[in-house]
Amino acid sequence: MAKLIIENLSMIYHTIEAETKAVDNLSLEVLDGEFLSIIGPSGCGKSTLLSVIAGLLQPSSGRVLLDDMEITKPCSKVGYMLQRDHLFEWRNIFSNITLGLEIQRKCSKESLLKIERMLEKYGLSGFKNYYPHQLSGGMRQRVALIRTLAIDPDILLLDEPFAALDYQTKLAVSEEVYKIIKQEGKTALMVTHDISEAIALSDRVAVLSKRPAKLKNIYDIKLSVENRTPLKSREAPEFRHYFNAIWKELDIHVE
Amino acid sequence: MLNNNFSKEHELYLKAVKRRKTAVIIVQILILIIFFLQWELTARYKIVDPFLVSQPSRMIKFMGKLYSEGMLFRHIWVTCYETIIGFLLGTIVGTLIAIILWWSDFICKVLDPYLVVLNALPKIALGPILIFWVGNGKTAIILIALTISLIVTIISVLTGFKEVDEDKIKLLKTFGASKSQILRYVVFPSSIPTMISALKINVGLSYVGVIVGEFLVAKEGLGFLIVFGGQVAQLDMVMLSIIILSISAYLMYEAVALLEKKFTVWRS
Repeated sequence: MAKLIIENLSMIYHTIEAETKAVDNLSLEVLDGEFLSIIGPSGCGKSTLLSVIAGLLQPSSGRVLLDDMEITKPCSKVGYMLQRDHLFEWRNIFSNITLGLEIQRKCSKESLLKIERMLEKYGLSGFKNYYPHQLSGGMRQRVALIRTLAIDPDILLLDEPFAALDYQTKLAVSEEVYKIIKQEGKTALMVTHDISEAIALSDRVAVLSKRPAKLKNIYDIKLSVENRTPLKSREAPEFRHYFNAIWKELDIHVE
Repeated sequence: MLNNNFSKEHELYLKAVKRRKTAVIIVQILILIIFFLQWELTARYKIVDPFLVSQPSRMIKFMGKLYSEGMLFRHIWVTCYETIIGFLLGTIVGTLIAIILWWSDFICKVLDPYLVVLNALPKIALGPILIFWVGNGKTAIILIALTISLIVTIISVLTGFKEVDEDKIKLLKTFGASKSQILRYVVFPSSIPTMISALKINVGLSYVGVIVGEFLVAKEGLGFLIVFGGQVAQLDMVMLSIIILSISAYLMYEAVALLEKKFTVWRS
């Protein structure tokens, strides 16, 4: 069943100098419970696409449906995770996590309890009174994920969520984030330019063309590993086949 | 994760740091003592003319006289009061105007050249007009102090508002935040350091406004003492007032610094 449907989406940016077509007639479906990655050359309009899905930008034409409802403005059914954690330095960890609930005026006893449980489950309960600068980069990104999950969204949009981390941390954090998303049973749509990260985390990988972004191909990632996690996926024999195929598809020329 | 079992080397390092800190403070105090001592002595032995430069002992005598007349703290209080009201008003009103300009990009663009002109204008020039409008008195002095700090506050706080990370605002927008929520949750709190540094600058600027105002109209206050002392050739009065002024300005600056510490605990 399709959770999210993107229908003939086009997006044009206007500046005084020029108009730029960022997305061109793109259609895509994200199935319920799947992890789908969108990969494309840098500057191809991936982030624009996420902003449209999040309801932050109005498309020039086409539409986005979530559970058959058209998205026109930000709603609590969509959770958005940015490249950097953007924890507020002046709030402690707990009140950073309740930020979304406060804004949507949904701070109930129930929702706070749920946050407590999540903190407990993901090893952060000892840090809830800490301030962001006291946490490591990996922990901060975990907090950012829980902040997004706290508003209980139906679908998570991940905008290059690991790009600001160093390589080792990135591997560890993507493992954790993946597990949390799967445990919470969320549908996820991730934008990235990291091919191996896309393969390691996703059920399907959509490859976009250079700007204006068009859908080039979708890969079903089928890996022969049990109890799949991002780290285990990287060991699968099929991993490098997908890698090569996507690399060729991206058609990046090194001068 | 504090480790109290330091190695010998670390203890030596800590000692060296501490020793340096003490040395700085000692030299700072020494400079003060030597300065006043040479002032006293050179004046006493007529190397410099105490009529022109005064003398610490004569200043203390004058201070005693003021105190016994019950006027010492009266003058200090008047000046401090006018300054505090001036810079608090300057900061609050300036911040409010900055919020309006942040809220409406249109108003901000329209008013931009006027702000630039007002910023370049020496606000003291408005003094006579303000006095003409509100009369000789404290109100005029406070208004002069206010106008001096107002425009600087608007400009620096607005710059602070506009420097807030776009992605932090985007994050709030994804939660469906309204403009007033964006202001309340991210723009205002992340600009607190800017506002406090505006406050720090305003302490100094307000003193300028208050002293000039007192030069023009006052019958009491440190600025009045300075201008009056000059007119009656009482340099003791002038010098004493200037020294008290320096001390009170320093204390006020420290008070703001304390406030800064309190509002930025999350940084430590």
